[in-house]
Parts: sequence; C-alpha cells; structure tokens
Amino acid sequence: MSQVIQDKVIDENLEWSRINADVIASMQAPRKAYWITVAVCISMFLCAVAAEIYQYKMGMGTAGLNNPHMWDMYIATFVFWIGMSHAGTLLSAILHIIHAQWRKPIYRFAEAMTTFSLMTAGFFPMIHLGRVWNLYWVLPYVSDRGIWPNFRSPLVWDAFAISTYLSSSALFLFIGMIPDMAILRDHTTGWRKKLYGILCMGWRGDDRQWRNFRRTYMLLACFLIPLAISVHSIVSSDFAMSIMPGWHVTTFPPYFVAGALYSGCAAIMTLFVCLRYFFRMEEYMTLNIMEKTCKLTFAIAMVWTYLNLIEFSSTWYGHNVYDKEVLIAKATGPYAFVFWTMIFCGCVVPFTLCFQKLRRHMPTMFVVSILLNLGMYVERWMIVAPTLTQAHNPHQWDVLWGSVVQWAIVFGSFGWFGLLFLVFVKLFPCVSMYEVKELCFHLKHEIHEEEMAKKHAASKAGTTVEESGGKAPGTPGLEGA
Amino acid sequence: MSLENILENFSDFRKTAEDGGHHDYDHRFAMSIDLDICTGCNTCSTACYAENNLPVVGKEKFEKGQAMHWMRVERYWQEDDERDFPEDGAQFLPMLCQQCGAATCEPVCPVAATYHTPDGLNAQVYNRCIGSRYCSNNCPFRVRYFNFWSYYEDSWPEPLNMQLNPDLSVRDKGVMEKCTFCIQRIRTAKDTAQREERALVDGDIVTACAQACPTGAIVFGDTQDPSSRVSKLWEKHDIHRGPFTQKKEKANDEVRGYRIFDELNVDPSIMYMERVRDTEV
Repeated sequence: MSQVIQDKVIDENLEWSRINADVIASMQAPRKAYWITVAVCISMFLCAVAAEIYQYKMGMGTAGLNNPHMWDMYIATFVFWIGMSHAGTLLSAILHIIHAQWRKPIYRFAEAMTTFSLMTAGFFPMIHLGRVWNLYWVLPYVSDRGIWPNFRSPLVWDAFAISTYLSSSALFLFIGMIPDMAILRDHTTGWRKKLYGILCMGWRGDDRQWRNFRRTYMLLACFLIPLAISVHSIVSSDFAMSIMPGWHVTTFPPYFVAGALYSGCAAIMTLFVCLRYFFRMEEYMTLNIMEKTCKLTFAIAMVWTYLNLIEFSSTWYGHNVYDKEVLIAKATGPYAFVFWTMIFCGCVVPFTLCFQKLRRHMPTMFVVSILLNLGMYVERWMIVAPTLTQAHNPHQWDVLWGSVVQWAIVFGSFGWFGLLFLVFVKLFPCVSMYEVKELCFHLKHEIHEEEMAKKHAASKAGTTVEESGGKAPGTPGLEGA
Repeated sequence: MSLENILENFSDFRKTAEDGGHHDYDHRFAMSIDLDICTGCNTCSTACYAENNLPVVGKEKFEKGQAMHWMRVERYWQEDDERDFPEDGAQFLPMLCQQCGAATCEPVCPVAATYHTPDGLNAQVYNRCIGSRYCSNNCPFRVRYFNFWSYYEDSWPEPLNMQLNPDLSVRDKGVMEKCTFCIQRIRTAKDTAQREERALVDGDIVTACAQACPTGAIVFGDTQDPSSRVSKLWEKHDIHRGPFTQKKEKANDEVRGYRIFDELNVDPSIMYMERVRDTEV
C-alpha cells in the first residue's frame, strides 16, 4: 500500500449527502444521557455560583487565602483554562496554514473548546478580585478624572490579551462555520432554520463568496497565531515579571506556551474519544486522526519536559538561594506528592503515546488524556502555590490547601465549560461538513492520481513494478488545489 | 497622567533602581530600628493598631494568617540552640513596610493604587484598590495586608468605635493596606509647619511605633535632612540610599547597619542595626 492510502485519515468514498446527514443527526434528538450530563453540569455550575455569592458577600477570606497565599487555586485554574484554549488555535490556525489535512474533521470542536475555555478562564481573574465591582478600572476607558490603569502591570496586559484573544477566536470560530450554517439552513425547519438563516449571513456558496471566505479565514488564522503565543506569554509574565523565587524565571513564556499546547492537545484527545463514542463519529474521527493527534501531543510533551529541565537546571546552577530553596521545597516539601504527580503525569505518561497499539485503543487514550490534563493542572498549581509557601521572608512561610469555597468554584468551572460545550454540540455542527467534503475530494484526487501514475509506470516498465510494490514515483504532495 | 504630562516630564517617568530620581525631593522619610535594644515587647504593634484603625481579627483568623498587623514583631530562634530554655535565645525583628525606593509592589498594580509619593513613601490609595493582591505577592517582606473580611462591625462594637482615629479611614473588605509611616501624622506636621511659616524640622513627625517604643529602638526621620537623627544613624552605620553595594569589610564593630533583602535592590527605607549577642561581648 502506498503512503497516501496508508495514511488516509478518512474514507474518501463518503458520500456528501451522508456527511450532511450524519452531522445533522448528531445535532438532533438528544438522548437521555445528554440531559443527565447537562443536569450534572448545571448542578456543578450552581455549586460555583453559590460559592461565589457567598464569597462576594463575605469577602475573600471565605476562599481561605491568607497573607503569604494571596493567590491560590483561582489563579492556577485561570492559567489552566487559558492554556487549554491554545489547542484550538493550534489545530485550526497553525495546522491550517501548514496544510495538514487531517485537522479537518476535528478542528471545529477544538476551536469551540478554545472559545469556551477562554470564557471559563475569564471568570477567574474576576472571581479572585477583592472588589470585583470595580473591575472596569483595569480597562483604559476615558475617565473624567484622567486616571488610567497602570500600563506597566502584567495584569493590565492580561486584560488586553485575553479580551483580544477571546473576541478573535470567537470570530474565527464563527467565520469558519458560515458555509456549514448554510448547509444547516437548507436542511432544517422551524426555529433552527431561522437561526441558521441569520448566522449564515446570506451564504449562497458562489465563487466570489468562497474566494472571500478563504481569504478572510486565512487572514484570521495568521492573525490568531501570534495572538495565541502572546496570550500565554503574557499570562506567564504575571509570574515572570515578579521578583518572587520560582516565578522570576526567564523561560516562563515558552514554558507556558508549551504547557498550554500540551494541555490543549490532551483535552482534544479527551473530547475526541467522547464525541467519537457518544455521537458515533467513528467514520469522521478515525483512528488515523487520533494517531496524528497523539504524535503531536507526544512531541509537545517532550518540549514541555525539556523546558522543565531547563528551568530546574538553571535554578539549580544559578545558586540564587531563594530560588533553590523553593525548588528543593517543591520536590521534598509539603507539596512533594503534587510535584511528583506532575512529573509522572506530564513526563512519564506521554510515553504511552509511543506505542501504536495504545494509540489506537480508545479507552486507554481516554485515561491517558485525563492523566495528562491532571498533570497540567497540578503543574499550574505547582507554579502558584510553592513560591508563596516559601518565599523570601521565613516568618511568612505557610502551607495552604484552599477552602471549600475555593474548591467549589474551581469544580464548578468544569461544569460551566461542560455546559457550554454540550449546548454547542447540539446547536452547531461539531464536525466541519464542508471541510470534510473537501478532504474527501482531495483524497480521492490524490489516490486517483497515484493510480494513474502507477499504471503509467507499469505500462512503461512492464509488470515488474507491481511485484516490487515500490512507491509510486512522483507522489503528489498533500497541498491539493 | 495625561499624554502631555508624560511628554513634558518624560525623564520623571524614567526611573531606575540606580537613579530613583528622588534626590531633588524635599523629604525622604526613613527609619532605623536598633535590634540590640529591641525587647520584642510588641508595644509598637499595639500602638500601630490604635493609631491606624487596624481591626483585631480574633484568634481564629489570626491562626489562619489573616491578621492585619501593619507592624509585626517577628520572632526567630537560633537553630540547634542547646540552652535549657530556648526562649532565652529569641530574637526579635519588628517588620513593617520598608517603603522601598524601588518598590516591587508599585509596577505590578493594575490600577496604580499603590504609587510613590515625592516624600519617598509607598502610598496606598484604598479607594482605587480593586484587590488583585498582586502587590502583596510581589513583596519580598510580605508586609501588605489584605482585608479578607469586613471587620468594622466585629472589631469595634459600640462604644469601641469611639476610639477610632478620625484622621484616617476604616477599610472595608477587598482592599489592600499596609504601613504608611503614619501618613496622617506627616500630613498634620506639614500643615502645622506651614501654618507657623517654618520648615519641617526633625522631631516634628513621630510615628506611632517610634513614639510608643519604650526602649527607643525606633528612630523616624527624614534622610534628606543631614542633621536629622536618622540621617546621622544611617551615616554612622554606613547605609546609604540607592542600589545595593557589597560591603567589603565592616569599618569597626560599631557599624551594625543593614537593610533587609538589600541584595534584591529594592532600596528599603528602613535600616536595622544588628543585635550584639551577649555571648560575643
């Protein structure tokens, strides 16, 4: 078998009408399990709402924070959700401009994940503010008193970066869905038809529209990539710009970006398995795509591991007494088991992705992806907490595990994310129909071209080529038309 | 901070640790604390509570680490101290906001609620604070205190509210606060001096802690005034404003001055004088 056929990520003979029918079917008639999941998510979210109301009324003391621990799980969770948002951009924008075709069936839900995790992350800086009702002071609005925010503060950069990233990734998600909205408009009735009719913005699918669409999509993709990199670099500067041991690390921006892509890819794997199983998307979310995602995740995991080593060794050989103490305390102190969980989940578990058997075994991949994300969550927490536990002044050393309120809000954020995602998959297609069709079309062409080339070669050299089974000369690239 | 202001006074906004730009200012308030005569009696802390309307949070919250003592007396013990009563070897370190010249808390505040006054103080604007707590996280001394709860009802039940100092506000939940070098007293002294048409002289301003200290370990003053007590002490103990410089050798045993975390280059305004252990004498 040739490389193209072996690597093909989808059955190229899928009929276009089948693709439409399958995706639309996934959006209709929720089963009982769906409603149960929704109920679970809502109740998780309500836990958080109750906790937040209590905290709002009583003050930040309810979160169990204290003098050395001014930040805790809120900030760690914030970084976690921001990180998760990077995978969508990676799949839809970076892989788009490098023409990796296999992204097509799975990028839509990854992009939705980006938007929703940003919407979740955005809550946390607000929740953790002492006086949240004055939140807007962070924005540079024109004030009669001529007061501006402090532009030197990384928290102000955060506000800019996150709002820009959220709005552009939501726009990107929407733009990418326009042709699908038109398909849905044509295939649905009632309120859905009205909704999609508005959302498809008069899409007829003519030549000019497609040309403009491609251009816009490419432009947005190019705009989004530096944005994604900068967002997490800026989040990392919340820590890196400070003077605290364990935070003041030069490698933090790339470290955070790598960690973000890592946790995002792991989350994609989790959702991949879920969607594949619950929505019967076996034909679209194929094992070959999973394989490629796994390989990508493995590469990122190794980059992350390497950056960890850089951080540890530069601290170790830097001989800054405070930094070194914090590093030692991480590995041996009260949070040691959390630290080793992080190392195990982040550096050891990804080696399961090396084995093809495991990569193609969905239950294993589900567990692995959850473990990877667990590792990435505790990584964020290991950045925030140990530094505050053991910073410069030994009089203020203290170990903190957070209060019920804090845990409830963190727990509830997962419910909120789940809820948004569940609503999304029933309202919008979680598989991009037009791009899957495009993928099938290109694949068909490639296979056809290859066969033609083979035949051509065979007619030239007699029957010997077929026996050797060699690669067909001039295998066309994946660029397509 | 309008654009014209920035353009016109650009050099004023370009401050570094090497040149804080405060040489031209009238005052730079500073303190010296002699650990040799500090007895760790906590009077300074108590005085601070009374002067600055600090809430008493109660045992439970104190144990949680949510106390509001702007002035705290840290206790340290010698490691492996083999005396019968290790308490004997306790060392005390009154710790308060160091009013750093290159303060790490200032650049990180998203709303500029903490800023540097021309007097060399770190001012905290309670009304502007939104409670992001970044300043406290970036303070190596950990001397910023956050109002984790609303204290005013519990801390000063009637008629205790009558004891509140009317010269400054009572802070509500969600606001960061810290030692101000008794800025209300500074203000009053400046106003008085202005009314009497004279310059501020050493001794006009006494902070609550310095006033209350029974052994006189705390000296407060203005380092811009070379005749002030604090200037002379700084001079005598070889401590100078500006970035950290590695001292080669102590001139003599009389020179005991140091600034805490000086090597972080934050230019603290408080000089501590080492304790002379009785065993060494």
